[in-house]
Amino acid sequence: MEFKGRTWKFGADVDTDAIIPARYLNTTDPAELAAHCMEDADPDFPNKVKSGDIIIAEKNFGCGSSREHAPICIKAAGVSCVIAKSFARIFYRNSFNIGLPILESPEAVDGIDEGDEVRVDVDNGIIYNLTKGTSFKSTAIPPFMQELIDAGGLINFVRRRLNS
Amino acid sequence: MGMTITEKILAAHAGKASVAPGELINCKLDVVLGNDITAPVAIKEFEKIGVPEVYDKEKVVLVPDHFTPNKDIKSAEQAKILRDFAKKQGLTNYFEVGKMGIEHCLLPEQGIVLPGDCIIGADSHTCTYGALGAFSTGVGSTDMAAAMASGEVWFKVPESIKFVYNGEQLNEWVSGKDLILYTIGDIGVDGALYEAMEFTGPAIRNLSMDGRFSMANMAIEAGGKNGIIEADQTTIDYVEARAKRPYKVYKSDEDAKYERVIEYDVADIEPQVAFPHLPENTKGISEVGTVEIDQSVIGSCTNGRIEDLRIAAKVLKGHEVHPDVRLVVFPGTQQIYKQAMLEGLFEVFVDAGAAISTPTCGPCLGGHMGILAKGERAIATTNRNFVGRMGSPESEVYLSNPAVAAASAILGRIASPEEVE
Repeated sequence: MEFKGRTWKFGADVDTDAIIPARYLNTTDPAELAAHCMEDADPDFPNKVKSGDIIIAEKNFGCGSSREHAPICIKAAGVSCVIAKSFARIFYRNSFNIGLPILESPEAVDGIDEGDEVRVDVDNGIIYNLTKGTSFKSTAIPPFMQELIDAGGLINFVRRRLNS
Repeated sequence: MGMTITEKILAAHAGKASVAPGELINCKLDVVLGNDITAPVAIKEFEKIGVPEVYDKEKVVLVPDHFTPNKDIKSAEQAKILRDFAKKQGLTNYFEVGKMGIEHCLLPEQGIVLPGDCIIGADSHTCTYGALGAFSTGVGSTDMAAAMASGEVWFKVPESIKFVYNGEQLNEWVSGKDLILYTIGDIGVDGALYEAMEFTGPAIRNLSMDGRFSMANMAIEAGGKNGIIEADQTTIDYVEARAKRPYKVYKSDEDAKYERVIEYDVADIEPQVAFPHLPENTKGISEVGTVEIDQSVIGSCTNGRIEDLRIAAKVLKGHEVHPDVRLVVFPGTQQIYKQAMLEGLFEVFVDAGAAISTPTCGPCLGGHMGILAKGERAIATTNRNFVGRMGSPESEVYLSNPAVAAASAILGRIASPEEVE
């Protein structure tokens, strides 16, 4: 899996209320949710973001509520992956479960400025900053999480197990 | 080698003699919980799995508590998805408006969650039940869907941090809420990321069940996977009359291994207030300065229990809410609502000029029943003060215990109950 896109940078402790405010949680429609993606962190983000763009964030991205609407709206907004120094636990699980690629790499976050063009080699965990000509390793995806990805997400994984 | 209480409960539910931090395990679940925000997504995913029925009609619990009583048409559609699913599946533990309560007040009260249980809920504050000596953690909707079908979930066994709270007696007006805010203020909003937070020490042993629920409830606010307190006589007294099935009390071994041990002397701490926009921005009440407020909210899964309402009423009795402040009180469940009514607490609230709401998560997450306008400021006994949490992205939320929220409502600014005479 490989992505190339331009980057949007966010600070530390971006919570899921900032990613998708609860006032929009009376729907589960990904497109409707995407129209408000990151709205309370950057009100213009839903208008600025383009398909393939990459979110870069400091530590503890996705803290707070367990709402799966958060990774769902990021994915539906066209964001190809999120790179952060660290992720909150439930957001991390949810992203794998719904198939939003996320990578942990403190070095990459420090080495990428907003607007930089970045290529991400997810399988090998390498992040290339094409604008600056640098590259960074990301923390390896645990083997079990890789199994989930290979199965096409948790639901497919469980369906296969229960029906076998 | 010894195990922590978290490791013991996880091992028992994975069918293993022992587990160690970092190990990936599959655990059988005693309860799988969802609400009107998270369960509609989970039900959609469940239907993709292709099993006709949930793994256990008593263990899958649905509580429409967030945007209920339905706040608008879209919310009504979401709540209806739960209702229809509960009927179709014949779920025992579906709680309709009128019987419904805030899920994390309701499940312990109804004896649905018990010591030694392994529980997941598609709500981050599912960690509340750790106060009973259970392993309980929040997940997303897809994990909930998989668990509804299989009755199992995978976990990475977390490392544990042991928190020791020394001091037999807390200051007046200091509660479990203050201990947890103090802790988050110390370690930060990711200070316990992926870890189990085990709360121990004399101050915890002297804490009421309601105080313990407030503490475990906010483990997620430090990034914790779970918060947990060993069951003792206080727990057993609470659980005995409610439990409809057997339960098991687990305790950490003397030689259990902890990633860290953090000790606090809490005998002298004062009520804590968390400033916007993170729960880690805590100050003692004496350091707050002048912060005028427009709204005070008393309730939620953190502080909507009977003891919380009694404390609020004690401060409010004989006083009136400041003319520039709206005070809204949210009892956590119908049982708490009735108890507060019978004890005369409602008379105190109404005489003071407070609004009393039916149980709902409502304002805590900016849903309904007390949304803030641009530039407005609230003190709340809730658990999060993120940007836009209670309404406008340009409003502010300060977190406190019920005594401080009540005193602030009277004085129109964030205040100590000691200032109210």
